[in-house]
Amino acid sequence: MRGDLLDVRELKVVFYTYRGIIKALNGVELWMNHEERLGLIGETGCGKSVTSLSIMGLIEQPGEIISGDVYFEGKSMQKMSMEELHDMRGKKISMIFQEPVSALNPVMRIGFQVAESISRAKDIKIKEAYPEVLKMLELVGLDSKRTASLYPHELSGGMAQRAMIAMALSSNPKLLIADEPTSALDVTIQAQIMELLDELVREMGNAVILITHDMGVAAEFCDKIAVMYAGNVVERASTVDIFEEPLHPYTKGLLKAVPKIGQSKELVGITGTVPDLVNPPTGCRFHPRCPYAMNKCSQKMPPLIEAKPGHHVACYLYTQEGEHNAN
Amino acid sequence: MVLVLFGVSVIVFFIVHVIPADPVGALLGGNAPPQLVDQMKHQLGLDKPIWAQFGDYMLGILHGNLGISLKSNRPVTQDIAEYFPATLELAIFSIIISVALGVVLGILSAVYRNSWVDHFSRIFSILGVSMPVFWTGLILLLIFYYILGWLPGTGQLSLFTIPPHRITGMLLLDSILTGNWEAFRDGLAHIILPAAVLGYSATASIARITRASMLDVLRQDFIRTAKAKGLSGRVVIYRHALKNALIPVVTLIGLTFGSLLEGAVLTETIFGWPGLGRYIVNALLVLDYPAIMGGTLFIALMYSLANLIVDLTYAVLDPRMRI
Amino acid sequence: MKSITIEKRGKLRDFIARRKPIIEDWKHTLYLWKSTKLAMIGTVIIVIFILIAIFAPIIVPYDPISSNMSARLQPPSWDHLFGTDQFGRDIFSRVIVGSRIELWIIFLVSLISGGLGTFLGVVAGYFGKFVDEIIMRITDMFLAFPSLVLAMAFAAALGPSLTNTIIAISVVGWTVFARLARAEAMKIKKQPYIEAIRAVGAGNSRIMFLHVLPMCLSPVLVQLTLRMGTIILTAAGLGFLGLGVRPPLPEWGSMVSDGRSYLVAQWWISTFPGIAIAFVVLGFNFLGDGIRDIMDPRLRR
Repeated sequence: MRGDLLDVRELKVVFYTYRGIIKALNGVELWMNHEERLGLIGETGCGKSVTSLSIMGLIEQPGEIISGDVYFEGKSMQKMSMEELHDMRGKKISMIFQEPVSALNPVMRIGFQVAESISRAKDIKIKEAYPEVLKMLELVGLDSKRTASLYPHELSGGMAQRAMIAMALSSNPKLLIADEPTSALDVTIQAQIMELLDELVREMGNAVILITHDMGVAAEFCDKIAVMYAGNVVERASTVDIFEEPLHPYTKGLLKAVPKIGQSKELVGITGTVPDLVNPPTGCRFHPRCPYAMNKCSQKMPPLIEAKPGHHVACYLYTQEGEHNAN
Repeated sequence: MVLVLFGVSVIVFFIVHVIPADPVGALLGGNAPPQLVDQMKHQLGLDKPIWAQFGDYMLGILHGNLGISLKSNRPVTQDIAEYFPATLELAIFSIIISVALGVVLGILSAVYRNSWVDHFSRIFSILGVSMPVFWTGLILLLIFYYILGWLPGTGQLSLFTIPPHRITGMLLLDSILTGNWEAFRDGLAHIILPAAVLGYSATASIARITRASMLDVLRQDFIRTAKAKGLSGRVVIYRHALKNALIPVVTLIGLTFGSLLEGAVLTETIFGWPGLGRYIVNALLVLDYPAIMGGTLFIALMYSLANLIVDLTYAVLDPRMRI
Repeated sequence: MKSITIEKRGKLRDFIARRKPIIEDWKHTLYLWKSTKLAMIGTVIIVIFILIAIFAPIIVPYDPISSNMSARLQPPSWDHLFGTDQFGRDIFSRVIVGSRIELWIIFLVSLISGGLGTFLGVVAGYFGKFVDEIIMRITDMFLAFPSLVLAMAFAAALGPSLTNTIIAISVVGWTVFARLARAEAMKIKKQPYIEAIRAVGAGNSRIMFLHVLPMCLSPVLVQLTLRMGTIILTAAGLGFLGLGVRPPLPEWGSMVSDGRSYLVAQWWISTFPGIAIAFVVLGFNFLGDGIRDIMDPRLRR
């Protein structure tokens, strides 16, 4: 077991569409421990959301997990029954989403929706949950009495996201997955929400997977960072290591493309475009755009290996044969 | 809406008076002596210039007077009051059947999309819309009454059942109110077939809209959130999805009422139902002008009213619509 | 001379180029159509219907109109597939010939109501403001009636006949197309190329008919297909009530009515015409449903 909370092994997920079969996840490897904060970074379409939905067990038609497994607290999710999976969701693993206002049921009041989560978490009736509802809403910084009686469309983005956080944390889950929670919000609100999350999670001791394409947010919040590209985790290390010593060519490219204060050099983009997942490149999916590509890269996908202590990367540059060839 | 109703009355008047057809001839027969014809014309006010006739007509409407039926010699309003409740009763029963059936079929189709359940209910409902109402009625009458004898035949009540004392004009309601249980049972048996026939044709559109609406709702973000919260599939559908999905369905129910009114015309004819539909058909066949105008106007009024109520209900159901 | 030809060729290329996305769209539609089972079944049914109608005089075994009292009220047999009615007429033949009547009704009603509705809709959408208001109010007035009732009223006033049935149904059905065409016209009116054409000096009617109208055709045609089933049902309804096509013409609705008094013993007189109606309307509804699914923007991509 690599992580005592979560271990995703060689997860392959496809989607059957009229255009063809989308090979969304190509053998994702991911793990984390209790109370850890992992940032999942990558461009749109690289599979971050699919990975998180797989962890929740929410992949449904036309999607399918075709191989690999997710181990949660040591137990295999593929082997779990429907009831066990159900039980986990909302109690041990919670999730918050990107567009908070549309993620809430428009014809139900906020109070009711939070009460639903609490009633599930504490195994009490929804009616009995109301005092707790008010407490949770206060905890996330909302005017509880007023907010509870409002409908989602009457809330601002920031308020709605706070409400979602209240719902997600009401069961004190072991793992909170936050899928781009601030991407749809104003920058100032972003900061507030991330601060709120930081406080609460620290207090309650939840592990967090923060999915984002904003490296700055990830740097602030997370202890470890995993970088994804086109359906694979290509690098995983502590936040410091990723930023100071990126190993994978893609990570290097990403960091070069992010403006830093005081930087006078030009921004450099990565050549080429994101691959088509119906007909992805063979072997390492990044090789068409990689300045260091070798023959081996187009033949087989490199495994995620520990190139340095605590620093994993999936690239032939860092394997025995790879180093040999690169030199 | 007032303007629309005004226009409606203009149209009705136009149809009946300006388009060539001879009511007097229809009443008296082709060989009536000219003096009798003239006398009739005068009695009916048909010898006045068109403008005067229109004026009389509009004035009459404003006073709630729709003229005197040529056939029954009673005020049309009285005729309508006598026959409309039966149609209303039939329509209500039909709506209950079609909504119950249609919503269930629609939900099943959406949740089990592309399975055999979906295909079956789609075909079932399309059949409902494709088969002509009058034919379905005849066939069902043939099967259930003539051949199997399970259900009684035409009319609201069997020959020997004593009808209840008239309070609202709606048979079943009056039966309950006066405690006339025999009439109630008999009336119920008689209403099943026509309501089923009428309701079946409306089922399809309701099923279709429910299905489309449900599919739409199930695609939305908040359903994903509900599932992420760990709520069971059934709870997700009943508590979260349904409320949202039913909003457009309610709109449809209002429109269905309108189409039921026209289906009622045919159904009542087949089943000998003493309602407004049959009244209007008879009026049309004998060219009973005032009855035609009055009846058609009334139906248009009901139709518009139904649409209005639907608009209001929409606002009540969807909190986003309230301002 | 030469310069004018070059200019014309340029215009033609431009004309086609602008139409290209529409052509691509139609190709995609065709592909979807072929792969939608519902639409295909519907199309097959309708093709059968049309073929029967066209070749009716050739395939019909007996004279549908003249009576033959010696053969009256015969049950279905190999001689008379659908049996005979109270006048000894072969019902199978009558149903086949009836298909011509139905086809004719559909065709004319579609033409008239579609044409009238689209015209009024385009005018309303294009000119806007006052003209629009008037036309829309008129539409509302017609829409305040359930369509069958209004058609019945018209049919009764005009007198029962084939022509009057067509007129009555057309008058009642045009509103849908008017609304549709108006919506499209209003969208197109705002397009920059319309302004461009106007700047070059094209008159209003030229713009309306050459540029706005063709763009409205697509949704109107779809809607026409969807309504064809309703047209048949309305015509049959009128026929049934005695307000439509008069005997001895074998219109299916009136045939059903004919058999009413003989329902118990001679069920075939009413049953088969009804099946014919249901069958054809089913075909149109399958096609319509299939088209509706295809047109759904969420399913196309």
